[in-house]
Amino acid sequence: MSEFVIELVDVVKRFATPEGNEVTAVDHVSLQIRHGEFFSLLGPSGCGKTTSLRMIAGFEWPTSGEVLIDGKPMGRTPPFWRPVNTVFQSYALFQHMTVFQNVAFGLEMDKTPASEIKHRVGEALEMVKLSGMERRKPRQLSGGQQQRVALARALVKRPKVLLLDEPLGALDLKLRREMQIELKTLQEQVGITFIYVTHDQEEALTMSDRITVMNRGKALQTGSPVEIYERPNCRFVADFIGQANFFAGKMLAFDDQGARVAIPALQTELIGQPVGNLEPGQAVAVSIRPEKVRIAQEPAFGSNSVRGRVIHTTYIGSNTHVLLELAGGVRINAWEQNKISTLDPKAYFLPGQEIWANLFPENVLILPED
Amino acid sequence: MLWMGGVYLGSLATLLLNSFFYLDGFTGLVVRRFTLSTYQQLFTPSNMDIVFRTAGMALAVTLATIILAFPLSYYMSRYASKRQKGLLYLAVLLPLWSSYLVRVYAWKLILAKEGILSWFISHAGAQGLLDALLSNPVIGGSSLSLSPIGIFVVFTYVWLPYMILPIHAALERVPRSLLEASSDLGAKPLQTAWNVILPLSFPGVVAGSIFTFSLTLGDFIVPSVLGNSSFFIGQVVLSHQGTSGNIPLAAAFTMIPIVIMIVYLLIARKLGAFEAL
Repeated sequence: MSEFVIELVDVVKRFATPEGNEVTAVDHVSLQIRHGEFFSLLGPSGCGKTTSLRMIAGFEWPTSGEVLIDGKPMGRTPPFWRPVNTVFQSYALFQHMTVFQNVAFGLEMDKTPASEIKHRVGEALEMVKLSGMERRKPRQLSGGQQQRVALARALVKRPKVLLLDEPLGALDLKLRREMQIELKTLQEQVGITFIYVTHDQEEALTMSDRITVMNRGKALQTGSPVEIYERPNCRFVADFIGQANFFAGKMLAFDDQGARVAIPALQTELIGQPVGNLEPGQAVAVSIRPEKVRIAQEPAFGSNSVRGRVIHTTYIGSNTHVLLELAGGVRINAWEQNKISTLDPKAYFLPGQEIWANLFPENVLILPED
Repeated sequence: MLWMGGVYLGSLATLLLNSFFYLDGFTGLVVRRFTLSTYQQLFTPSNMDIVFRTAGMALAVTLATIILAFPLSYYMSRYASKRQKGLLYLAVLLPLWSSYLVRVYAWKLILAKEGILSWFISHAGAQGLLDALLSNPVIGGSSLSLSPIGIFVVFTYVWLPYMILPIHAALERVPRSLLEASSDLGAKPLQTAWNVILPLSFPGVVAGSIFTFSLTLGDFIVPSVLGNSSFFIGQVVLSHQGTSGNIPLAAAFTMIPIVIMIVYLLIARKLGAFEAL
C-alpha cells in the first residue's frame, strides 16, 4: 500500500475554448493526499479545483502529468474502473429511480448479490439517517435529503476515496452548518479519505485536516487550517482566507525578531514575520489580521505602534469592528473582542477618538508580493 | 383558444354522433336515428382485416423509426460538433420542406420493378432474397412498389423526422452529470445507455411514437400510391364518405384510430412517460 492514497504529479490540464483558444485550467499541480484524510481544495471559482477533482474521478484526463490512486498511475482509466466515487454539486440523482434504486445502482453494476445489496443499502441509508425513505423518488425529497441520498449512493460502494464537489453549495446556511458537522463526523466514522472541493473558506477551515489553496490553476499552499490561516505563504492566500489588512512595503533587513520592512504609506518601519524566501530590497506585502490589531491609549512596541484615529465603529455583539485611519491616511480594520459587559459607549470606541494601533511583530506577516 | 377547442371538439362530437346513424341501403340516404347497426357492419371480418392491417403497419413503422432514430439522435446530442449538429438538423428537416406527395411519388419510382433499388439489389446479387421477400403472401407483392414492404419503407421514411426530433430533444435534456454519475458508480457505457439514457429518453420515444403511430393510422395516400389492392383505414374512410356516401360507416371507421390512440396514451401515462415532461 502506498503512503498516499491520491497523488497528483505535475498535472496540467488545458482546454480548447470554442473560440479556438487554449485555457490552462490546472497548471503544474502536485498534491499528496494521505489515507483517511479530510482534504480540501479551496479557491475562487475557475481556480481549477473542480477540474483537479474531475481528473481524480476520471471524467477528465490530464494533458500532462499523472494521477495516481493508491500508488497506481491512472493514465486514461475510465471512471467505472477507478476505486473512487463522487458526490456531485447538482447531486445528479436518477429521477426515474427510487431512493433505494439510486443507492443500489453502483452495487448492481458490480453484480453484487441481491441479499447483500439489500443489506448494504439499508446500512448506507441508516448512516445518512434516511431509513424508511427507500421507496420515495428523489423529487419528493428536500434538498438536504437529496444530498444525503447522493452521499449514501457514493459511500455504499466503499470507495478508497470519496470526492465531493461543493456538495453543500445549494443548501441554506443553517442546513449547511449542520451538514458540515455531519459530514466530518461521518468521515471519522467510516475512515474513508474525503477530498472536498469548496470556495467557502470557513467550510474548509471547519472540516479539513489539510487544505490546498488554489488560484488560476496553481496550487499555492498546502497545510493544516492553522498553518493556512496563521502563516499564509503569499498575499492571495492571506487575502482569500479570512480578512487581512495589507500595506505595500520594502524589505530592509532580517533581525532577531523577524525582519524589518519600510512602509512608505505609514512613513515608518515595521518588524514582522517573514514568510518564504525574501531578500532585502524586495517589494513585499505586509499583512495583519483585523483581530490581531490591538487598540490602546498608549504605544506598546516602538515603531510597530502607529498613531491613529477611529473613523467608524460597528457593534456586532461578541466583537466591535473598528475602522481606523492611521498616519498618512491609511485605513485598516481592527476587531476588538467585547470582553466586559457594559452599557458605557466609550468601551466600544467613539468616532474621532485618538488611539494607538499596536501591530505586534508576531502578528505582522511579511509576504512576497504576488 | 376556446373557440378553436370548440370547433375541434365539436367536430369530433359530430363524428361520434354520425357513427350511430346508418345508411339506408335502398335510398342511399343517411337515416338520423340512433342505432348500433353501423358498428355491427364495422366489426365484420373483412373490415376488421383492414383495421388489423393498418394497426400492424402503424406498429411496425413506429418500431422501425425508433430503431433508426435513436442512434442518430444519440449521436447528434452527445458526439456531434456544433457544425455537424447543424448539418444533421438540416438533413433531418430538409425533406419536410418539399411536398409530401412529391416524396411519395419519388419513392414509387425508386421502388418500381425497373427502379433504381431493384437494379441495385440485383447487381448486389441479392435478387433471390428480394424475390423470397416478395413471394411472402402477407408482406409481399408483384414488386417493391406494389407491396406492403414498399408501404412500410415509405412510411418509415416520411415519418422518421417526427421520431428523431422528440427523441433528440429528450436526449438533450439528460444532464451530463447523470451520465458521469452512472459511470462513476461503475456502469460501463452500455449499462449507462440501458439504465439511465433509455429510461430518461422514454418520454421522447412516446412523443415520437404518437406522431408516427397516428400519422400512419390516418394516412390514405401512401397505401393508394404504393400498395396492392388491400385497403388501409384512411382509404376506406375516404371511399365511404366520398364515393358511396356512407358517412356513418366512415365515421365509425374514424373512431378506431381515435380509440387506439386514447388507449395508447393511457398506457403511456401508466408507464410514466409523462412524469418527466
